[in-house]
Amino acid sequence: MTTVDARGLSCPQPVLLARKAIDAGQFPIQVLVESVTSRENVRRMAEKAGCRVAVAEVGAEFRLTLSK
Amino acid sequence: MPDRLTRFFASRTGIILAGAAIGVLAPLLQRLGNPANMGICVACFERDIAGALGLHRAAAVQYIRPEIIGFVLGAMLAAHAFGEFRARAGSAPIVRFVLGIFAMVGALAFLGCPWRATLRLAGGDLNAILGLVGLTAGIAVGVEFLKSGYNLGRAQKTYTAVGWILPLLMVGFLLLLLGKPTFSPGGPIFFSTSGPGSMHAPLLLALGVGLFVGMLAQRTRFCTMGAIRDLILMRETHLLSGLAALLAAAFFANLLLGQFRLGFSPQPVAHSSHLWNFLGMALSGLAFTLAGGCPGRQLFLSGEGDGDAAIFVMGMIVGAGFAHNFALAGSPDAVVDGILRTGGLTPYGMGAVILGLAACLLIGLTMREKIGKGA
Repeated sequence: MTTVDARGLSCPQPVLLARKAIDAGQFPIQVLVESVTSRENVRRMAEKAGCRVAVAEVGAEFRLTLSK
Repeated sequence: MPDRLTRFFASRTGIILAGAAIGVLAPLLQRLGNPANMGICVACFERDIAGALGLHRAAAVQYIRPEIIGFVLGAMLAAHAFGEFRARAGSAPIVRFVLGIFAMVGALAFLGCPWRATLRLAGGDLNAILGLVGLTAGIAVGVEFLKSGYNLGRAQKTYTAVGWILPLLMVGFLLLLLGKPTFSPGGPIFFSTSGPGSMHAPLLLALGVGLFVGMLAQRTRFCTMGAIRDLILMRETHLLSGLAALLAAAFFANLLLGQFRLGFSPQPVAHSSHLWNFLGMALSGLAFTLAGGCPGRQLFLSGEGDGDAAIFVMGMIVGAGFAHNFALAGSPDAVVDGILRTGGLTPYGMGAVILGLAACLLIGLTMREKIGKGA
């Protein structure tokens, strides 16, 4: 289990951090983001990289769980 | 339903639709009175606003452009409608201000933002190729910084009122535009009586287009810098398909409207000083990349409550003041007595572009977190 805290970071940082975690291969990966933009960007990248993506809304934030 | 709409706008179809809409609407605005190959130009229009306020006194480029007001307010409406308005601020604001200033210096050296560069190309202005190649080069340098850990740090959630500041400022601009007050004899508020600043589409129409584009761009996250950055950084073509749609739609719209003229010189509000077209846009591209968005995107983010993007916008408006007060902006090619006179930059303008490149390189080099040390 890896956790990537990308809250408060703007484009393209959340995607870059999530991709680094995917490359490291420690699944499942939790990615925390604040904006819908980051949620959609991380989801798009992760799906392209062949991951399954589950999204949970936690208060005003989002938690994406990436697994292979 | 909102979720399905959100997924649609986030799809490739959504971004292509946004780009194509801008590509059709900009030439139409030109037809309705906006300057040639400048149906929409975020940098030029912010420069005109700076002029109207008297932050510079270049008499030909002074007008409060309703499109800019519409972009911010449209994005704000869309963000509220979809529950995405989030007030946030505090990610290195002073750096964003400086980046905004130099982004504008670069854009005014070239005479346009990435939107106008694309619209100029779609209107047959081949100088735009130099600009777009420069833009790509600047973004490529920025991407190297991103890869080596550059970032401006986290923004913090903040009071909702913070996110309202730029939208409210835009409402203030709208009131000044509608009321046209004169604060001292002769102005401000200044309105050009000749030159590009005097050319504009009807107010309500321009405002309407601005609102529509603002909403569409907020939903789709349309960004010209992001289009090229994502391609270089991740081989991702999502945003690029929006930019390509803009170019294609504007090309066909210009053909249909009889607004297409192929060549280098003279082109409307453009110069054929190739090196400075390239370097000006390279400076802008680098500044946009370091700040995380093109000038349009910064307006849309400001509408969503992003106080850091708002600071970048203010930097661009102040930068426009510097650019014209200090004679840094490019002057267009002109035909005088039947003889073509090539425009371009003054030595001060050239110096400012070099200074801007140096400043951006320093920002990129000195604001990197060590990779692996978390972020």
